[in-house]
Amino acid sequence: MSIRHGLLALLERGPRYGSQLRTEFESRTGSTWPLNVGQVYTTLSRLERDGLIVQDGADDAGHDLYAITDEGRTELRSWFETPVDRTSPPRDELAIKLAMAVGAPGVDIRDVIQSQRHHTLKAMQDYTRLKAQALADVPANRDEVAWLLVVEQLIFQAEAEARWLDHCESRLVRLAEAAATEPSAEPGPAATRGPARALADRTRSQR
Amino acid sequence: MPASATPPPPSSSGTPGGSPVLELRALTRTHGSGIAEVHALRGIDLSVYPGELVAVMGPSGSGKSTLLTLAGGLDTATSGQVVIEGQDIAALGPKGMAALRRRSVGYVFQDYNLIPALTAAENIALPRELDGVSVRKARKEALAALAEMKLEAIADRFPDEMSGGQQQRVAIARALVGDRRLVLADEPTGALDSETGEAVLALLRTRCDQGAAGVMVTHEPRYAAWADRVVFLRDGSIVDQTVTTGADSLLAAGTTGTTA
Repeated sequence: MSIRHGLLALLERGPRYGSQLRTEFESRTGSTWPLNVGQVYTTLSRLERDGLIVQDGADDAGHDLYAITDEGRTELRSWFETPVDRTSPPRDELAIKLAMAVGAPGVDIRDVIQSQRHHTLKAMQDYTRLKAQALADVPANRDEVAWLLVVEQLIFQAEAEARWLDHCESRLVRLAEAAATEPSAEPGPAATRGPARALADRTRSQR
Repeated sequence: MPASATPPPPSSSGTPGGSPVLELRALTRTHGSGIAEVHALRGIDLSVYPGELVAVMGPSGSGKSTLLTLAGGLDTATSGQVVIEGQDIAALGPKGMAALRRRSVGYVFQDYNLIPALTAAENIALPRELDGVSVRKARKEALAALAEMKLEAIADRFPDEMSGGQQQRVAIARALVGDRRLVLADEPTGALDSETGEAVLALLRTRCDQGAAGVMVTHEPRYAAWADRVVFLRDGSIVDQTVTTGADSLLAAGTTGTTA
């Protein structure tokens, strides 16, 4: 996650000190990704090392202030203009888990799917509650607008997962049915191994 | 402010409580017999309370729609009971059932089922008129219901002059007009785009928050997430259900808001 660029974006609005940046970052994103002060200062010192920000005196209370440089502005603009890379997705634990559950002895993959679906739907219910509360009033400032976008992103992401789980389940059912009616299919374990292997191949070929 | 003289339902402030509006007790539905026997529902127990919106999810053929048609008295159970506001609907007879459907149960269909020869306002007023409410009062209620959904402008339009989203919102107004305490919705967002679908859900949510009980069949997780409870059906049985965490405890857990 780009804390680096997040902080640059906040600094473009004027000089700020460390714990102020942390507070503003969190109110923008609804504390969805909490930061600790240590992370903020580590990031600030790297930004300073790279010439993207400079120390810029102190405020009346003695907080050290940081200001964005021209190089920092260029870096920030290029961040907004460049799409986030989706071609090398991070490892997804759920996809790995389901891939491993296919044909695993003593594991009912439909139970694995259902327990995840339960969890995912519950998270969606909770996010939807928050969203409904947020929508009860017209968002009053840009922090509220930003937070709404973040909550909706969480909902869409969870939705994609729930739909994929539904799809996995019906795919498994269809493959099991197809294997059961195939004349060449052996009765018994082969009928479940067939679709399992097909699903495993499919999962592999997607990587 | 609703212009209706009907007193508002006792508020439950969004928290399910009191006695259930709908109870399904050991409900089964079997089609055919012998080798062709199909068990659409196998012993469903489910109670839905005032203020509660329940979503029913499951793969096709899991029994979702059967559950809803039985709950609405549109089909008869093979065994078990459907109890609405304390009354076993099997004991009501056709006349009593029709009255119950007019007064207590609103049904929302995927394809809206508005009467094509009646305007939006007339569609909403019809069940009230059938129930003996004066034409004047029924129209007043219908207009208030339309106003609540910001649909005053289409009160005198016929269904074929409305968009899908407008028709579905009129259908929901019809399902909830009067003091009906139970709304059953079968894929109410089926043919709608996502923004309109969300508006329909927000409406159902609001009515449940005001004290109605709702059961909605859907295959869309995003819409199911508006419910207080999601019930999962598989092969005619409830296999799982989830309950939302109160938003208050989420806030307390620091999912939102600023930390000092």
